[in-house]
Amino acid sequence: MDLILNRYRNLTALVAAILVQLVLLAYQVKSNQEVRLIRVWSVSAVTPLARLLESGRSSTVSFFKDYFVLLDVREQNKRLQADLNRIQLENQYLRSELDTSERGRALSVFQEQSRMKTVAARIIGNSPGSNGRVVLIDRGTGSGIQPGMAVITPDGIVGKIVSSYPTASNLLLITDPSFAAGVISQKNRVHGTLKGTGNSSLMVDYVQNEQTVEVGEWFYTAGDDRIFPKGLPAGTVTASGPGRTVKEIFLSPSGLQHGLEDVLVILEGDHKPIPELPVPNQSVHLQPLPPADGDPADGLSATRSSSGAQTDLDREVQHTRRIGEDQKHVFGERGRGAPDFNKIPDNKIPDNRVPDPGARPQAPQASPPSANQPRP
Amino acid sequence: MSDIPAQFSEPPRRSSVSKFKWIAIIGIPLTAILFQVYVPRFFTYLAYLEMPLLVTVYFSLMRRSPPAGVLFGMCIGLAQDSLSNHPLGMFGIVKTMVGYFAASVSQRFEANSAVLRLVLAFFFFFFHQFFYWVLARALLGEAISFEPIQTLVLAVLNAAVAVPLFHILDKLKVTE
Repeated sequence: MDLILNRYRNLTALVAAILVQLVLLAYQVKSNQEVRLIRVWSVSAVTPLARLLESGRSSTVSFFKDYFVLLDVREQNKRLQADLNRIQLENQYLRSELDTSERGRALSVFQEQSRMKTVAARIIGNSPGSNGRVVLIDRGTGSGIQPGMAVITPDGIVGKIVSSYPTASNLLLITDPSFAAGVISQKNRVHGTLKGTGNSSLMVDYVQNEQTVEVGEWFYTAGDDRIFPKGLPAGTVTASGPGRTVKEIFLSPSGLQHGLEDVLVILEGDHKPIPELPVPNQSVHLQPLPPADGDPADGLSATRSSSGAQTDLDREVQHTRRIGEDQKHVFGERGRGAPDFNKIPDNKIPDNRVPDPGARPQAPQASPPSANQPRP
Repeated sequence: MSDIPAQFSEPPRRSSVSKFKWIAIIGIPLTAILFQVYVPRFFTYLAYLEMPLLVTVYFSLMRRSPPAGVLFGMCIGLAQDSLSNHPLGMFGIVKTMVGYFAASVSQRFEANSAVLRLVLAFFFFFFHQFFYWVLARALLGEAISFEPIQTLVLAVLNAAVAVPLFHILDKLKVTE
């Protein structure tokens, strides 16, 4: 036996190995159970290496991916930075344009609504050696500006013209210590003299200690200085207290609150009464004017319409005039009576009404001759 | 008989038996199994490579010992089985036979020739695939298909990979 095994050693090893595995296989197939131990060994041997490989692979892949992505990000960052710079510049420009437009619109509205004759001007620089309390505006004597004229914004008074030149003028701001203007308080009607303090605040002088001035109270121009018309807002009281001889009242200037770039120079003032409470400069939302009939445009365009009809009354007047023109009637002439208002003008649609295309054309009505119509 | 010189007393091929470090003997089959388990996840076209088989053939050829080839084949086959979802022993039996026959062939021929390696790798791949198919049908009753043409093509590809792979593995031999 030993001789046979030694002689066929190799074959014996093969047969033994195959037999062992066949038994193993048969056991698994018959019992439907796994030889868990061998699998655990194999998996335990392979898993750390696989994990190491996966870790190395993912690290390498992520490194290269990040590297290339970062390369792209760097270029992208440059482009975005350039775009951002350009957009910031555009944004600044547009903001500036918008502010300018809003200020101009506010000034325009204020000019339209105010009965004062004003001229708009723009601050173009500070006067040298004046610590910024005197500024230069781009309107001068050529625009009718003279020294002593008041300068305002829709928010309040700004200062007065101290010198004017053909194309520019010097504007003394209300914060300058040499500035003075007569003011009156809104609630208690306390008179005083508004003076600049050299900084951002104002003070009201010559108010007796016995008089009552409340913090938050509005001061308006009194009109007695003959520079500022009466009723323009000057500022609100930020501090008020008794002084040694007179009351110490400090104001926050309302005209300088939103910066100072565009101003109105009052050429001809108009005194207004001191407004009652509530405060006049609180923002009130105004709806636009209603559109004209048949005109889908907004109120502004209606205002700008060539017909000039802004109200129903205007439209009725125009309608009446068209009827008169159609019937060759001259309004105001004696003895001619009135036109026939039931007769619609032939080629004119009243009140901008759109005719119905499907409607049958009406035969001209035989209206009885009016007594007021001129007889041939 | 005692006067015969020592260099003629033993077969000449026994002197060309290659030896490897234990780390290589364990590490290379493990790497081959790992390659087959891990790499096709990301490179599916490399799934055709039967790296454990090639390593079995290589070690069996180099050891020139059928029992060693049987042991190599059985261990690598069982390890491969244990990572698969079919019963243990299928790859084990097939690779045991491959290891045995590869070692037997190496006892007759010099296995350092690239051409012989190419032919052997081609033959053993085809044998491996065919014998596995037979075992799967006979022992497990699995109705898996066997496509000879595709198997031959894959055998060629594996043989083409085997030649440089064996050359690389030759570098890991222990030189005495």
